[in-house]
Amino acid sequence: MSAGFEIAGRPLESRLILGTGGFRNLQVMAEAARDSGAELATVAMRRVDPSARGSLVEVLEQAGLEVLPNTAGCFTARDAVTTAKLAREALGTDWVKLEVIGDDRTLLPDPAELLVAAEELVADGFTVLPYTNDDPILARRLEDTGCAAVMPLGSPIGSGMGINNTYNLRLIVEQARVPVILDAGVGTASDAALAMEAGCDAVLLASAISRAADPPAMARAMRKAVEAGYEARQAGRIPRRLYAQASSPEEGVAELEPEVDTPRVFGRP
Amino acid sequence: MTVVTINGERRELGEPVTIEAAVRAAGAPDGRGVAVALEGEVVPRGEWATTEVSDGQRVEVLHAVQGGS
Repeated sequence: MSAGFEIAGRPLESRLILGTGGFRNLQVMAEAARDSGAELATVAMRRVDPSARGSLVEVLEQAGLEVLPNTAGCFTARDAVTTAKLAREALGTDWVKLEVIGDDRTLLPDPAELLVAAEELVADGFTVLPYTNDDPILARRLEDTGCAAVMPLGSPIGSGMGINNTYNLRLIVEQARVPVILDAGVGTASDAALAMEAGCDAVLLASAISRAADPPAMARAMRKAVEAGYEARQAGRIPRRLYAQASSPEEGVAELEPEVDTPRVFGRP
Repeated sequence: MTVVTINGERRELGEPVTIEAAVRAAGAPDGRGVAVALEGEVVPRGEWATTEVSDGQRVEVLHAVQGGS
């Protein structure tokens, strides 16, 4: 079990945050949510559907998760701010995963609108967790604005491409004084482990679990991957080397042949 | 009759139309877990009973659905 962390002074045991998009039904979602060990789950705000059955919020709460509303689907700062306020009204939380999307095909964040929305929401007393590009300068600007965390993407939402720019992610981690949560792009367990090894405080993912062939099994894999990556980071990995470094003693090797050739060193005659 | 647009649908409702009535008409009878925007501005729950919707205005009635990453 990995040690927990804090967002805006709130302790969290699990370093995995679950997005609830893409599950084929609430039952599968609830099972995966339990197995993931996550304590927070993102939800989106949409028009009431009178034919919808089952309350998403109740199902999540029964599974032991609290809801974190997002502003998915917003393309302007104005829409995102209004959506965050609606979520606060509906769900009674002033936490928001801020998304301001700039493009339908890539769903990449619009940095200019994102920054404006973050400023307004922080000023209005929200705890703002912005979904951001993997840009160290933008991450710093968001942090300076008063965001409670920064959530850089690994790769586009739902793409499953993993972490496209580990260099930028490392720069973001190195400079950040707020938690860094890798958000979006995770395809499988090794991506989540890599994010934690790079020094992220947590990972937020949905599609990798919800669209897996067996979502609860993938939820368990992700839970272990996040814990393994965190512990590996804490343990301190060995440096990368070009050549082998023997782990058995070089002294005391028996001479079993009458004429032993001198071992050849790579790159020399 | 007052004609208002609730969640994108034109509805004819007996006047006066309050936000509370619009929320019922949207299919959320008890209004739990629901938030309302009138002409793009949030109407706090405490003002639902007293806020009137005028002819031609747009009301959005939202709740939480599955979403995120």
